[in-house]
Amino acid sequence: MKRIVTLTTKNLRDTLTKGGCGECQTSCQSASKTSCSVANQKCENKDNQ
Amino acid sequence: MVHQYKKNGYNIIMDVNSGAVHVVDDLAYDVIARYETADKQQIVTELLKKYADVPEITETEILDSIADVEELKEGGDLFSEDTFRQHAGELKKRLSTLKAICLNVAHDCNLRCKYCFADEGEYRGKREIMSLEVGKKAFDFLVENSGTRRNLEVDFFGGEPLMNFKVVKELTEYAKEIKQKTGKNIRLTLTTNGMLLNDEVIEFANREMENVVLSLDGRKEVNDKMRPTANGKGSYEIIVPKFKKLVESRNGKTYYIRGTFTNHNLDFAKDILHYADLGFKELSIEPVVCDPSEEYAIHKGDLPTILEQYDILADEMLKREEEGKGFLFYHYMIDLKHGPCIAKLVSGCGVGLEYLAITPNGDIYPCHQFVGEDEFRLGNVETGIERTDIQDKFRGSHLYEKEECANCFAKFYCSGGCAANAYHAHGNINGIYEIGCEMQRRRVENAVMMEVHRAMREAE
Repeated sequence: MKRIVTLTTKNLRDTLTKGGCGECQTSCQSASKTSCSVANQKCENKDNQ
Repeated sequence: MVHQYKKNGYNIIMDVNSGAVHVVDDLAYDVIARYETADKQQIVTELLKKYADVPEITETEILDSIADVEELKEGGDLFSEDTFRQHAGELKKRLSTLKAICLNVAHDCNLRCKYCFADEGEYRGKREIMSLEVGKKAFDFLVENSGTRRNLEVDFFGGEPLMNFKVVKELTEYAKEIKQKTGKNIRLTLTTNGMLLNDEVIEFANREMENVVLSLDGRKEVNDKMRPTANGKGSYEIIVPKFKKLVESRNGKTYYIRGTFTNHNLDFAKDILHYADLGFKELSIEPVVCDPSEEYAIHKGDLPTILEQYDILADEMLKREEEGKGFLFYHYMIDLKHGPCIAKLVSGCGVGLEYLAITPNGDIYPCHQFVGEDEFRLGNVETGIERTDIQDKFRGSHLYEKEECANCFAKFYCSGGCAANAYHAHGNINGIYEIGCEMQRRRVENAVMMEVHRAMREAE
């Protein structure tokens, strides 16, 4: 496309079926503790990447 | 839902429900802005008028751009629908098994930080340290309630956890025994103010802790004003050399220098840059959470300054990256390719279910920020969960229960925000904390812009 560049991103819809394994880090276990930062965690499910 | 904004010379389009991010030129930006409210002919007419002075923008060009938008829409990468609401309850259910605890091994502290939500370690109770027996029961409680989860987490927290270092060491050994017996991998974190760090503790922390969180508020005068010692002196000169020593021998393992900013240092970007100038590379600073009547509290009127600081930080980070002096800022660490699944993004932080806090006497709370609030005491490690009714409230709490989030472009980045912040602001775990939301939206815009910048640089 001439005027649009699309970044490579994870499509959230594709994670609907296989997601939710619960193995990734809890957000308040990192540097947060007083705010919510769920999107900062990395997925640890190889089927879902 | 589409969120479009201009930043740092980029026209950025976030397709919220798919997670797609596009960078577009001015014409495509204007087409997308009109796409849902105007028909093709209206768009053409309006944009021909707008670009009357730009000869290369012709009707054909505009129609081509509209066709591109249609193609992206058909592919599900633009104007995509939110199809997750109907699954929200089921997604939350997937992530309701305990996997992490914040272990308050010491309700005591050797600093007197003025903003401490933990009441200088006492959490509205008495000074107390956790016995090894209670600590082991807390680990057992975690393992027994963790279902099929393999990766579990314990954060040694306080107060100041190193005031109970002996128990921290013994529980670290206990975690290894658990791994041998059950195969469960317990990732340990130490959150410390640094006062009691010495060579032995540093060697231990770097060997055993998957993550260490080191509390420092930035510039000396900022830190010392809010983080004095028990006898009223500044803590900066004591802790900074110890943090440097720890980080230098950390061998690539994760750590965070983590601070709090208040209305005393609304120019907090300088504090983050100060961390970087000290040589630290993994950084975080959080807005103070406190009663609005406190003199250091952050108010709505402070937001323009705070948001500008987040912008200054993003610009400076990109500049330093180009110079080979890059560093990480926790809130800008959004990985668009390998981030969490929709189940996690809908469920939120796991408070009260996946994540619990346990006090020195074994009492269980939904998270560290609810500790000491009787109406949130869930039970004790001796007796287990007694108040399943409280847990049920958290079970029913997810992104789609928060009406204010429905039309927010940042909803899949913050997942509805912090339940404790919402409760303390409005008495409702399903509410929002508006000041926090404003900051979160700006941080998300900046984090995405930085990813765009890196991608465009890479493509050059």
